[in-house]
Amino acid sequence: MRCRKLETSKAKEKKTDLSNWFFLSPCLLVLILCAGWPLLRSIFFSFTNASIYNLNHADFIGMENFVSLARDRDWWKAVLNTFLIAGISVPLETIFGMIVALILHSNFKGRGIMRAVVLVPWTIPTIVSARIWGWMLNDSYGIINELLMKASIIDAPVAWMASNFLSIISMIVVEVWKTTPYMALLLLAGLQSMPQDCFEAAEVDGVPFRKTFVSIILPMMKPTIIVAVIFRALDAVRIFDLVYILSSGNNANATMSVFARRHLAEYQDVGFGSAAATALLFFIAFLSILYISFNKKKLNSLD
Amino acid sequence: MIKLENRWKYKRWIKSAMFFAMCLVVAACCLFPFYWAIVSSLRDGASLFSTEFFPSKITFDNYKYVFSDETFGYSFWNSAVIATLTSLLTLFICLLAAYPLARHRFPGRKRVLMIALSVTTLPHVAVLSGMYELINVLNIYNEKSALIMADMIITVPFTLWIMTNFINSIPKEIEEAAIMDGANKYTILTKVFLPILGPAIVTTGLLAFIAAWNEFLFALTFTNTNQARTVPVSLSLFSGASQHELPWGLIMAASVLVTLPLVMLVVIFQRRIISGLTAGSIKG
Repeated sequence: MRCRKLETSKAKEKKTDLSNWFFLSPCLLVLILCAGWPLLRSIFFSFTNASIYNLNHADFIGMENFVSLARDRDWWKAVLNTFLIAGISVPLETIFGMIVALILHSNFKGRGIMRAVVLVPWTIPTIVSARIWGWMLNDSYGIINELLMKASIIDAPVAWMASNFLSIISMIVVEVWKTTPYMALLLLAGLQSMPQDCFEAAEVDGVPFRKTFVSIILPMMKPTIIVAVIFRALDAVRIFDLVYILSSGNNANATMSVFARRHLAEYQDVGFGSAAATALLFFIAFLSILYISFNKKKLNSLD
Repeated sequence: MIKLENRWKYKRWIKSAMFFAMCLVVAACCLFPFYWAIVSSLRDGASLFSTEFFPSKITFDNYKYVFSDETFGYSFWNSAVIATLTSLLTLFICLLAAYPLARHRFPGRKRVLMIALSVTTLPHVAVLSGMYELINVLNIYNEKSALIMADMIITVPFTLWIMTNFINSIPKEIEEAAIMDGANKYTILTKVFLPILGPAIVTTGLLAFIAAWNEFLFALTFTNTNQARTVPVSLSLFSGASQHELPWGLIMAASVLVTLPLVMLVVIFQRRIISGLTAGSIKG
Protein backbone atom coordinates (compact mmCIF):
# COMPACT_ATOMS: atom_id res chain seq x y z
CA MET A 1 0.00 0.00 0.00
CA ARG A 2 2.63 2.43 1.11
CA CYS A 3 4.81 1.49 -1.80
CA ARG A 4 2.07 2.13 -4.32
CA LYS A 5 1.37 5.54 -2.93
CA LEU A 6 4.98 6.46 -3.36
CA GLU A 7 4.98 5.28 -6.92
CA THR A 8 1.98 7.36 -7.95
CA SER A 9 3.49 10.48 -6.40
CA LYS A 10 6.65 9.82 -8.35
CA ALA A 11 4.70 9.45 -11.56
CA LYS A 12 2.91 12.68 -10.80
CA GLU A 13 6.20 14.43 -10.26
CA LYS A 14 7.38 13.25 -13.63
CA LYS A 15 4.21 14.56 -15.22
CA THR A 16 4.61 18.03 -13.71
CA ASP A 17 8.20 17.95 -14.82
CA LEU A 18 7.14 17.37 -18.40
CA SER A 19 4.45 20.05 -18.29
CA ASN A 20 7.04 22.48 -16.89
CA TRP A 21 9.16 22.00 -19.99
CA PHE A 22 6.07 22.29 -22.16
CA PHE A 23 5.36 25.74 -20.71
CA LEU A 24 9.01 26.69 -21.08
CA SER A 25 9.41 25.51 -24.67
CA PRO A 26 8.41 28.69 -26.58
CA CYS A 27 10.78 30.74 -24.46
CA LEU A 28 13.62 28.25 -24.92
CA LEU A 29 12.96 28.15 -28.63
CA VAL A 30 13.31 31.93 -28.84
CA LEU A 31 16.48 31.93 -26.75
CA ILE A 32 18.05 29.20 -28.87
CA LEU A 33 16.85 30.38 -32.27
CA CYS A 34 17.31 34.15 -31.83
CA ALA A 35 20.35 34.22 -29.56
CA GLY A 36 22.19 30.90 -29.29
CA TRP A 37 22.30 29.84 -32.91
CA PRO A 38 23.17 33.28 -34.39
CA LEU A 39 25.86 33.70 -31.75
CA LEU A 40 27.48 30.37 -32.65
CA ARG A 41 27.26 31.17 -36.36
CA SER A 42 28.86 34.58 -35.81
CA ILE A 43 31.73 33.01 -33.90
CA PHE A 44 32.07 30.45 -36.71
CA PHE A 45 32.13 33.21 -39.37
CA SER A 46 34.97 34.91 -37.56
CA PHE A 47 37.22 32.00 -38.60
CA THR A 48 36.21 32.24 -42.26
CA ASN A 49 36.60 34.65 -45.15
CA ALA A 50 32.83 35.06 -45.52
CA SER A 51 31.51 38.15 -47.23
CA ILE A 52 27.88 39.19 -47.58
CA TYR A 53 27.70 37.53 -51.00
CA ASN A 54 29.20 34.15 -50.19
CA LEU A 55 27.94 33.37 -46.72
CA ASN A 56 27.35 29.73 -47.68
CA HIS A 57 30.62 29.09 -49.45
CA ALA A 58 32.97 30.70 -46.97
CA ASP A 59 36.36 29.06 -46.54
CA PHE A 60 37.83 28.31 -43.18
CA ILE A 61 40.92 30.46 -42.74
CA GLY A 62 41.81 29.81 -39.12
CA MET A 63 43.03 32.72 -37.03
CA GLU A 64 43.77 34.99 -39.98
CA ASN A 65 40.98 37.48 -39.19
CA PHE A 66 42.13 37.80 -35.62
CA VAL A 67 45.74 38.30 -36.70
CA SER A 68 44.79 41.14 -39.01
CA LEU A 69 42.50 42.51 -36.31
CA ALA A 70 45.44 42.63 -33.92
CA ARG A 71 47.43 44.52 -36.56
CA ASP A 72 44.61 46.97 -37.31
CA ARG A 73 45.36 50.35 -35.72
CA ASP A 74 41.74 51.49 -36.10
CA TRP A 75 40.65 48.50 -34.04
CA TRP A 76 42.94 49.33 -31.15
CA LYS A 77 41.76 52.91 -31.37
CA ALA A 78 38.18 51.62 -31.10
CA VAL A 79 39.15 49.49 -28.09
CA LEU A 80 40.72 52.50 -26.41
CA ASN A 81 37.73 54.73 -27.20
CA THR A 82 35.32 52.14 -25.82
CA PHE A 83 37.16 51.78 -22.55
CA LEU A 84 37.62 55.55 -22.23
CA ILE A 85 33.89 56.12 -22.68
CA ALA A 86 32.89 53.29 -20.34
CA GLY A 87 35.63 53.98 -17.80
CA ILE A 88 34.77 57.65 -17.42
CA SER A 89 31.01 57.64 -17.85
CA VAL A 90 30.18 54.79 -15.46
CA PRO A 91 31.85 56.39 -12.38
CA LEU A 92 30.28 59.76 -13.23
CA GLU A 93 26.88 58.11 -13.61
CA THR A 94 27.29 56.39 -10.26
CA ILE A 95 28.05 59.68 -8.50
CA PHE A 96 25.27 61.65 -10.18
CA GLY A 97 22.91 58.69 -9.86
CA MET A 98 23.56 58.57 -6.13
CA ILE A 99 22.79 62.28 -5.78
CA VAL A 100 19.56 61.92 -7.74
CA ALA A 101 18.60 58.78 -5.80
CA LEU A 102 19.11 60.59 -2.49
CA ILE A 103 16.94 63.46 -3.72
CA LEU A 104 14.20 61.07 -4.81
CA HIS A 105 14.43 59.16 -1.56
CA SER A 106 13.82 62.15 0.69
CA ASN A 107 10.33 63.19 1.58
CA PHE A 108 9.12 66.36 -0.09
CA LYS A 109 6.18 67.76 -1.99
CA GLY A 110 6.42 67.11 -5.70
CA ARG A 111 8.45 63.94 -5.38
CA GLY A 112 6.21 62.24 -7.95
CA ILE A 113 6.79 65.02 -10.47
CA MET A 114 10.52 64.90 -9.81
CA ARG A 115 10.56 61.16 -10.46
CA ALA A 116 8.80 61.60 -13.80
CA VAL A 117 11.16 64.44 -14.73
CA VAL A 118 14.23 62.36 -13.96
CA LEU A 119 12.92 59.54 -16.15
CA VAL A 120 12.71 61.77 -19.24
CA PRO A 121 16.32 61.36 -20.47
CA TRP A 122 15.97 57.59 -20.15
CA THR A 123 12.72 57.60 -22.15
CA ILE A 124 14.02 59.55 -25.12
CA PRO A 125 15.19 57.07 -27.78
CA THR A 126 18.99 57.03 -28.02
CA ILE A 127 18.91 58.08 -31.65
CA VAL A 128 16.77 61.07 -30.73
CA SER A 129 19.08 62.10 -27.90
CA ALA A 130 22.05 61.75 -30.21
CA ARG A 131 20.31 63.99 -32.73
CA ILE A 132 19.27 66.57 -30.14
CA TRP A 133 22.75 66.73 -28.61
CA GLY A 134 24.30 66.81 -32.06
CA TRP A 135 22.26 69.94 -32.69
CA MET A 136 23.05 71.45 -29.31
CA LEU A 137 26.76 70.79 -29.88
CA ASN A 138 26.69 72.16 -33.42
CA ASP A 139 29.85 74.23 -33.88
CA SER A 140 28.28 77.29 -35.51
CA TYR A 141 24.72 77.41 -34.18
CA GLY A 142 24.73 75.18 -31.13
CA ILE A 143 23.32 76.37 -27.83
CA ILE A 144 26.16 74.81 -25.82
CA ASN A 145 28.79 77.02 -27.42
CA GLU A 146 26.54 80.02 -26.93
CA LEU A 147 26.00 79.28 -23.24
CA LEU A 148 29.68 78.62 -22.60
CA MET A 149 30.61 81.85 -24.37
CA LYS A 150 28.05 83.83 -22.37
CA ALA A 151 29.53 82.38 -19.19
CA SER A 152 32.98 83.34 -20.58
CA ILE A 153 34.28 79.80 -20.16
CA ILE A 154 35.34 79.78 -23.81
CA ASP A 155 35.82 82.81 -26.04
CA ALA A 156 35.37 81.25 -29.46
CA PRO A 157 32.97 78.53 -30.65
CA VAL A 158 34.38 75.03 -30.20
CA ALA A 159 34.04 72.39 -32.92
CA TRP A 160 32.95 69.58 -30.58
CA MET A 161 32.95 66.81 -33.14
CA ALA A 162 36.09 67.81 -35.02
CA SER A 163 38.82 66.42 -32.81
CA ASN A 164 38.96 62.93 -31.46
CA PHE A 165 39.48 64.08 -27.88
CA LEU A 166 36.59 66.55 -27.85
CA SER A 167 34.19 64.17 -29.55
CA ILE A 168 34.90 61.46 -26.98
CA ILE A 169 34.21 64.00 -24.23
CA SER A 170 30.95 64.98 -25.92
CA MET A 171 29.92 61.34 -26.19
CA ILE A 172 30.65 60.83 -22.51
CA VAL A 173 28.53 63.86 -21.61
CA VAL A 174 25.59 62.57 -23.64
CA GLU A 175 26.00 59.03 -22.32
CA VAL A 176 26.06 60.25 -18.73
CA TRP A 177 23.03 62.44 -19.33
CA LYS A 178 21.13 59.55 -20.86
CA THR A 179 21.92 56.79 -18.40
CA THR A 180 22.10 58.56 -15.03
CA PRO A 181 18.31 58.16 -14.52
CA TYR A 182 18.59 54.39 -14.79
CA MET A 183 21.49 54.30 -12.37
CA ALA A 184 19.52 56.54 -10.01
CA LEU A 185 16.57 54.17 -10.08
CA LEU A 186 18.73 51.14 -9.36
CA LEU A 187 20.33 52.94 -6.42
CA LEU A 188 16.95 54.24 -5.25
CA ALA A 189 15.67 50.67 -5.08
CA GLY A 190 18.67 49.85 -2.88
CA LEU A 191 17.99 52.85 -0.63
CA GLN A 192 14.37 51.86 -0.24
CA SER A 193 15.19 48.30 0.72
CA MET A 194 17.39 49.52 3.59
CA PRO A 195 15.81 49.58 7.06
CA GLN A 196 14.52 53.13 7.28
CA ASP A 197 14.91 53.43 11.06
CA CYS A 198 18.69 53.76 10.59
CA PHE A 199 18.13 57.07 8.80
CA GLU A 200 15.62 58.22 11.36
CA ALA A 201 17.82 57.33 14.30
CA ALA A 202 20.75 59.19 12.77
CA GLU A 203 18.57 62.21 12.09
CA VAL A 204 17.16 62.28 15.60
CA ASP A 205 20.66 62.07 17.05
CA GLY A 206 21.63 65.06 14.95
CA VAL A 207 24.33 63.23 12.98
CA PRO A 208 25.36 65.41 10.03
CA PHE A 209 24.21 63.97 6.73
CA ARG A 210 27.74 63.60 5.39
CA LYS A 211 28.57 61.26 8.23
CA THR A 212 25.35 59.25 7.87
CA PHE A 213 26.14 58.83 4.20
CA VAL A 214 29.71 57.65 4.65
CA SER A 215 29.24 55.35 7.61
CA ILE A 216 25.69 54.03 7.17
CA ILE A 217 24.40 54.44 3.63
CA LEU A 218 27.52 53.60 1.64
CA PRO A 219 28.43 50.37 3.47
CA MET A 220 24.85 49.10 3.38
CA MET A 221 24.47 50.01 -0.28
CA LYS A 222 27.70 48.34 -1.34
CA PRO A 223 26.15 45.23 -2.94
CA THR A 224 23.59 47.31 -4.84
CA ILE A 225 26.26 49.70 -6.07
CA ILE A 226 28.53 46.87 -7.24
CA VAL A 227 25.80 45.12 -9.22
CA ALA A 228 24.56 48.40 -10.70
CA VAL A 229 28.08 49.41 -11.76
CA ILE A 230 28.80 46.05 -13.40
CA PHE A 231 25.46 46.14 -15.17
CA ARG A 232 26.02 49.64 -16.49
CA ALA A 233 29.62 48.86 -17.45
CA LEU A 234 28.40 45.92 -19.54
CA ASP A 235 26.00 48.25 -21.28
CA ALA A 236 28.57 50.99 -21.78
CA VAL A 237 31.17 48.70 -23.34
CA ARG A 238 28.78 47.62 -26.10
CA ILE A 239 27.67 51.23 -26.79
CA PHE A 240 26.57 51.62 -30.41
CA ASP A 241 23.66 53.96 -31.26
CA LEU A 242 25.05 57.14 -29.77
CA VAL A 243 28.53 56.73 -31.21
CA TYR A 244 27.21 55.71 -34.61
CA ILE A 245 25.23 58.94 -34.90
CA LEU A 246 27.66 61.35 -33.26
CA SER A 247 30.80 60.05 -34.99
CA SER A 248 28.97 60.18 -38.36
CA GLY A 249 31.21 57.79 -40.22
CA ASN A 250 34.47 58.94 -38.68
CA ASN A 251 36.70 55.95 -38.01
CA ALA A 252 38.88 57.72 -35.46
CA ASN A 253 36.21 57.91 -32.76
CA ALA A 254 34.39 54.63 -33.35
CA THR A 255 33.84 52.13 -30.54
CA MET A 256 34.20 48.35 -30.80
CA SER A 257 30.54 47.79 -31.71
CA VAL A 258 30.61 50.53 -34.34
CA PHE A 259 33.87 49.17 -35.78
CA ALA A 260 32.46 45.63 -36.02
CA ARG A 261 29.19 46.69 -37.59
CA ARG A 262 31.02 48.94 -40.08
CA HIS A 263 33.12 46.06 -41.35
CA LEU A 264 30.18 43.67 -41.34
CA ALA A 265 27.60 45.76 -43.12
CA GLU A 266 29.33 48.65 -44.86
CA TYR A 267 32.53 46.99 -46.03
CA GLN A 268 30.61 43.67 -46.27
CA ASP A 269 33.52 41.74 -44.82
CA VAL A 270 31.48 39.38 -42.66
CA GLY A 271 34.47 37.30 -41.58
CA PHE A 272 36.54 40.22 -40.31
CA GLY A 273 33.53 42.01 -38.80
CA SER A 274 32.49 38.85 -36.96
CA ALA A 275 36.04 38.52 -35.66
CA ALA A 276 35.80 42.05 -34.24
CA ALA A 277 32.41 41.24 -32.69
CA THR A 278 33.80 38.02 -31.20
CA ALA A 279 36.73 39.96 -29.78
CA LEU A 280 34.28 42.36 -28.14
CA LEU A 281 32.51 39.34 -26.67
CA PHE A 282 35.83 38.18 -25.31
CA PHE A 283 36.57 41.62 -23.80
CA ILE A 284 33.32 41.69 -21.85
CA ALA A 285 33.29 38.00 -20.91
CA PHE A 286 34.92 38.84 -17.59
CA LEU A 287 32.30 41.47 -16.79
CA SER A 288 29.45 39.12 -17.80
CA ILE A 289 30.74 36.30 -15.64
CA LEU A 290 31.06 38.68 -12.72
CA TYR A 291 27.53 39.96 -13.26
CA ILE A 292 26.05 36.49 -13.63
CA SER A 293 27.79 35.14 -10.56
CA PHE A 294 26.47 38.03 -8.46
CA ASN A 295 22.95 37.27 -9.61
CA LYS A 296 23.47 33.56 -9.11
CA LYS A 297 24.23 34.21 -5.46
CA LYS A 298 20.95 36.06 -5.22
CA LEU A 299 19.11 33.26 -6.96
CA ASN A 300 20.57 30.70 -4.58
CA SER A 301 19.56 32.75 -1.58
CA LEU A 302 15.97 32.78 -2.85
CA ASP A 303 15.56 29.01 -2.67
CA MET B 1 16.84 81.79 23.98
CA ILE B 2 14.83 83.46 21.21
CA LYS B 3 17.97 84.09 19.30
CA LEU B 4 18.89 80.44 19.36
CA GLU B 5 15.51 79.43 18.05
CA ASN B 6 15.81 81.94 15.23
CA ARG B 7 19.15 80.58 14.31
CA TRP B 8 17.78 77.08 14.19
CA LYS B 9 14.92 78.20 11.96
CA TYR B 10 17.34 80.08 9.77
CA LYS B 11 19.50 76.98 9.37
CA ARG B 12 16.55 74.85 8.45
CA TRP B 13 15.41 77.43 5.93
CA ILE B 14 18.83 77.42 4.27
CA LYS B 15 18.82 73.66 4.17
CA SER B 16 15.50 73.42 2.38
CA ALA B 17 16.44 76.25 0.02
CA MET B 18 19.58 74.36 -0.94
CA PHE B 19 17.60 71.19 -1.45
CA PHE B 20 15.11 73.03 -3.62
CA ALA B 21 17.93 74.56 -5.67
CA MET B 22 19.44 71.13 -6.21
CA CYS B 23 16.09 69.78 -7.41
CA LEU B 24 15.86 72.68 -9.85
CA VAL B 25 19.34 72.02 -11.23
CA VAL B 26 18.63 68.31 -11.71
CA ALA B 27 15.28 69.02 -13.36
CA ALA B 28 16.84 71.62 -15.66
CA CYS B 29 19.58 69.21 -16.73
CA CYS B 30 17.05 66.48 -17.44
CA LEU B 31 14.55 68.58 -19.32
CA PHE B 32 16.56 71.23 -21.13
CA PRO B 33 17.65 69.18 -24.18
CA PHE B 34 14.09 68.07 -24.86
CA TYR B 35 12.83 71.61 -24.31
CA TRP B 36 15.45 72.88 -26.74
CA ALA B 37 14.34 70.31 -29.33
CA ILE B 38 10.75 71.53 -29.03
CA VAL B 39 11.79 75.18 -29.29
CA SER B 40 13.97 74.48 -32.34
CA SER B 41 11.21 72.49 -34.02
CA LEU B 42 8.86 75.50 -33.76
CA ARG B 43 11.29 77.83 -35.52
CA ASP B 44 11.92 78.19 -39.19
CA GLY B 45 14.53 79.58 -41.54
CA ALA B 46 16.90 82.05 -40.04
CA SER B 47 15.32 82.13 -36.59
CA LEU B 48 16.39 78.49 -36.13
CA PHE B 49 19.87 79.77 -35.50
CA SER B 50 18.86 82.23 -32.83
CA THR B 51 19.78 81.20 -29.33
CA GLU B 52 16.98 82.94 -27.44
CA PHE B 53 15.41 80.70 -24.84
CA PHE B 54 11.85 81.45 -25.87
CA PRO B 55 10.73 81.50 -29.49
CA SER B 56 9.32 84.89 -30.47
CA LYS B 57 7.49 83.56 -33.49
CA ILE B 58 6.06 80.07 -33.62
CA THR B 59 5.47 78.14 -36.84
CA PHE B 60 4.33 74.59 -37.35
CA ASP B 61 5.86 74.31 -40.82
CA ASN B 62 8.37 71.68 -39.73
CA TYR B 63 5.60 69.48 -38.34
CA LYS B 64 3.48 69.96 -41.48
CA TYR B 65 6.45 68.88 -43.55
CA VAL B 66 7.16 65.82 -41.41
CA PHE B 67 3.52 64.73 -41.59
CA SER B 68 3.41 65.14 -45.35
CA ASP B 69 6.61 63.15 -45.73
CA GLU B 70 5.76 59.63 -46.88
CA THR B 71 8.91 58.00 -45.51
CA PHE B 72 8.22 59.22 -42.03
CA GLY B 73 4.64 57.95 -42.18
CA TYR B 74 5.84 54.49 -43.19
CA SER B 75 8.46 54.31 -40.48
CA PHE B 76 6.04 55.50 -37.80
CA TRP B 77 3.63 52.73 -38.80
CA ASN B 78 6.42 50.13 -38.94
CA SER B 79 7.70 51.07 -35.51
CA ALA B 80 4.22 50.96 -34.02
CA VAL B 81 3.45 47.53 -35.49
CA ILE B 82 6.83 46.03 -34.61
CA ALA B 83 6.86 47.36 -31.07
CA THR B 84 3.27 46.27 -30.38
CA LEU B 85 3.66 42.76 -31.79
CA THR B 86 7.04 42.27 -30.12
CA SER B 87 5.71 43.22 -26.72
CA LEU B 88 2.56 41.07 -27.05
CA LEU B 89 4.51 38.04 -28.23
CA THR B 90 7.13 38.54 -25.53
CA LEU B 91 4.47 38.78 -22.84
CA PHE B 92 2.78 35.58 -24.02
CA ILE B 93 6.00 33.58 -24.18
CA CYS B 94 7.35 34.85 -20.89
CA LEU B 95 4.10 34.43 -18.95
CA LEU B 96 4.04 30.78 -19.93
CA ALA B 97 7.68 30.28 -19.00
CA ALA B 98 7.79 32.35 -15.83
CA TYR B 99 5.06 30.36 -14.10
CA PRO B 100 6.96 27.07 -13.76
CA LEU B 101 10.23 28.93 -13.20
CA ALA B 102 8.82 30.80 -10.23
CA ARG B 103 6.71 28.02 -8.75
CA HIS B 104 8.46 24.73 -9.27
CA ARG B 105 11.92 23.63 -8.27
CA PHE B 106 12.84 21.25 -11.06
CA PRO B 107 16.25 20.28 -12.40
CA GLY B 108 17.41 22.70 -15.08
CA ARG B 109 15.35 25.59 -13.71
CA LYS B 110 18.33 27.60 -12.58
CA ARG B 111 20.14 26.89 -15.80
CA VAL B 112 17.30 28.41 -17.82
CA LEU B 113 17.32 31.56 -15.70
CA MET B 114 21.10 31.84 -16.00
CA ILE B 115 20.96 31.41 -19.78
CA ALA B 116 18.36 34.18 -19.99
CA LEU B 117 20.55 36.38 -17.83
CA SER B 118 23.64 35.79 -19.93
CA VAL B 119 21.68 36.68 -23.08
CA THR B 120 21.02 40.12 -21.55
CA THR B 121 24.77 40.69 -21.37
CA LEU B 122 25.42 39.81 -25.03
CA PRO B 123 26.68 42.65 -27.20
CA HIS B 124 24.11 42.74 -29.99
CA VAL B 125 26.74 43.15 -32.65
CA ALA B 126 28.01 39.67 -31.73
CA VAL B 127 24.87 38.00 -33.09
CA LEU B 128 24.61 40.29 -36.10
CA SER B 129 26.13 38.12 -38.83
CA GLY B 130 24.49 34.91 -37.61
CA MET B 131 21.17 36.72 -37.44
CA TYR B 132 21.67 38.09 -40.93
CA GLU B 133 22.20 34.56 -42.23
CA LEU B 134 19.15 33.24 -40.38
CA ILE B 135 16.98 36.04 -41.74
CA ASN B 136 18.13 35.27 -45.26
CA VAL B 137 17.48 31.57 -44.83
CA LEU B 138 13.96 32.33 -43.60
CA ASN B 139 13.65 34.78 -46.49
CA ILE B 140 12.35 37.63 -44.33
CA TYR B 141 15.03 40.28 -44.99
CA ASN B 142 13.49 43.76 -45.03
CA GLU B 143 10.30 42.44 -43.40
CA LYS B 144 8.75 43.39 -40.09
CA SER B 145 8.94 39.78 -38.90
CA ALA B 146 12.74 39.88 -39.14
CA LEU B 147 12.89 42.83 -36.76
CA ILE B 148 10.34 41.29 -34.40
CA MET B 149 12.47 38.15 -34.24
CA ALA B 150 15.64 40.13 -33.61
CA ASP B 151 14.01 42.34 -30.98
CA MET B 152 13.03 39.26 -29.00
CA ILE B 153 16.68 38.80 -28.04
CA ILE B 154 16.39 42.03 -26.13
CA THR B 155 12.86 41.78 -24.72
CA VAL B 156 12.48 38.09 -23.80
CA PRO B 157 15.32 37.69 -21.28
CA PHE B 158 14.54 40.72 -19.14
CA THR B 159 10.78 40.14 -19.28
CA LEU B 160 11.35 36.55 -18.17
CA TRP B 161 13.36 37.73 -15.17
CA ILE B 162 10.92 40.40 -14.12
CA MET B 163 7.94 38.06 -14.54
CA THR B 164 9.60 35.26 -12.59
CA ASN B 165 10.35 37.65 -9.75
CA PHE B 166 6.81 39.03 -9.73
CA ILE B 167 5.25 35.56 -9.62
CA ASN B 168 7.72 34.56 -6.93
CA SER B 169 6.43 37.42 -4.78
CA ILE B 170 2.81 36.22 -4.96
CA PRO B 171 1.96 34.23 -1.82
CA LYS B 172 1.86 30.51 -2.47
CA GLU B 173 -1.32 30.12 -0.42
CA ILE B 174 -3.42 31.61 -3.19
CA GLU B 175 -2.29 28.93 -5.57
CA GLU B 176 -2.66 26.18 -3.01
CA ALA B 177 -6.22 27.23 -2.34
CA ALA B 178 -6.94 26.98 -6.06
CA ILE B 179 -5.37 23.53 -6.22
CA MET B 180 -7.48 22.41 -3.25
CA ASP B 181 -10.52 23.58 -5.15
CA GLY B 182 -9.51 21.32 -8.00
CA ALA B 183 -8.19 23.87 -10.47
CA ASN B 184 -5.69 22.64 -13.06
CA LYS B 185 -2.55 24.44 -14.21
CA TYR B 186 -4.25 26.22 -17.06
CA THR B 187 -7.06 27.50 -14.84
CA ILE B 188 -4.54 28.63 -12.25
CA LEU B 189 -2.63 30.59 -14.86
CA THR B 190 -5.65 32.27 -16.46
CA LYS B 191 -8.05 32.67 -13.53
CA VAL B 192 -5.68 33.17 -10.60
CA PHE B 193 -2.42 34.58 -11.85
CA LEU B 194 -3.47 36.78 -14.74
CA PRO B 195 -5.71 39.06 -12.65
CA ILE B 196 -3.06 39.42 -9.94
CA LEU B 197 -0.34 39.93 -12.52
CA GLY B 198 -2.19 42.77 -14.26
CA PRO B 199 0.17 45.50 -13.05
CA ALA B 200 3.24 43.39 -13.80
CA ILE B 201 1.97 42.73 -17.31
CA VAL B 202 1.45 46.44 -17.90
CA THR B 203 4.95 47.20 -16.64
CA THR B 204 6.84 44.57 -18.60
CA GLY B 205 4.71 45.17 -21.68
CA LEU B 206 5.61 48.86 -21.58
CA LEU B 207 9.31 48.14 -21.08
CA ALA B 208 9.31 45.70 -24.00
CA PHE B 209 7.41 48.20 -26.14
CA ILE B 210 9.91 50.95 -25.37
CA ALA B 211 12.88 48.65 -26.01
CA ALA B 212 11.50 47.57 -29.39
CA TRP B 213 10.52 51.13 -30.33
CA ASN B 214 14.04 52.38 -29.62
CA GLU B 215 15.98 49.47 -31.12
CA PHE B 216 18.43 50.70 -33.73
CA LEU B 217 21.23 48.28 -34.63
CA PHE B 218 19.06 45.44 -35.97
CA ALA B 219 16.62 47.79 -37.68
CA LEU B 220 19.52 49.55 -39.39
CA THR B 221 21.10 46.31 -40.58
CA PHE B 222 18.08 44.25 -41.57
CA THR B 223 16.15 46.80 -43.64
CA ASN B 224 17.13 48.64 -46.77
CA THR B 225 14.09 50.44 -48.15
CA ASN B 226 12.20 53.51 -46.95
CA GLN B 227 9.02 51.44 -46.75
CA ALA B 228 10.54 48.98 -44.29
CA ARG B 229 12.54 51.24 -41.97
CA THR B 230 11.63 52.06 -38.39
CA VAL B 231 11.57 55.51 -36.86
CA PRO B 232 15.07 55.53 -35.32
CA VAL B 233 16.61 54.44 -38.61
CA SER B 234 14.72 57.03 -40.65
CA LEU B 235 15.72 59.65 -38.16
CA SER B 236 19.37 58.67 -38.45
CA LEU B 237 19.20 58.86 -42.25
CA PHE B 238 17.30 62.15 -42.35
CA SER B 239 19.55 64.48 -44.25
CA GLY B 240 19.26 67.56 -46.37
CA ALA B 241 20.64 68.45 -49.76
CA SER B 242 24.18 68.06 -48.52
CA GLN B 243 25.82 66.43 -45.54
CA HIS B 244 26.82 69.83 -44.15
CA GLU B 245 23.40 71.38 -44.26
CA LEU B 246 21.25 69.14 -42.14
CA PRO B 247 17.61 70.28 -41.91
CA TRP B 248 17.79 70.70 -38.14
CA GLY B 249 14.27 72.12 -37.77
CA LEU B 250 12.79 69.05 -39.44
CA ILE B 251 14.98 66.65 -37.52
CA MET B 252 13.92 68.26 -34.25
CA ALA B 253 10.23 68.13 -35.22
CA ALA B 254 10.53 64.43 -36.08
CA SER B 255 12.46 63.82 -32.84
CA VAL B 256 9.73 65.44 -30.77
CA LEU B 257 7.03 63.42 -32.54
CA VAL B 258 8.88 60.16 -31.93
CA THR B 259 9.47 60.92 -28.28
CA LEU B 260 6.12 62.40 -27.23
CA PRO B 261 4.22 59.07 -27.11
CA LEU B 262 6.95 57.57 -24.95
CA VAL B 263 7.17 60.54 -22.61
CA MET B 264 3.40 60.45 -22.18
CA LEU B 265 3.46 56.72 -21.41
CA VAL B 266 6.24 57.20 -18.89
CA VAL B 267 4.55 60.12 -17.13
CA ILE B 268 1.28 58.19 -16.86
CA PHE B 269 2.81 54.86 -15.83
CA GLN B 270 5.79 56.33 -13.95
CA ARG B 271 5.30 54.23 -10.84
CA ARG B 272 4.83 50.97 -12.74
CA ILE B 273 7.86 51.53 -14.93
CA ILE B 274 10.10 52.35 -12.00
CA SER B 275 9.01 49.23 -10.13
CA GLY B 276 9.62 47.14 -13.24
CA LEU B 277 13.04 48.59 -13.90
CA THR B 278 14.19 47.94 -10.38
CA ALA B 279 12.19 44.94 -9.17
CA GLY B 280 13.31 42.50 -11.78
CA SER B 281 16.73 41.51 -12.81
CA ILE B 282 19.19 43.79 -11.32
CA LYS B 283 18.57 44.42 -7.69
CA GLY B 284 21.57 43.51 -5.57
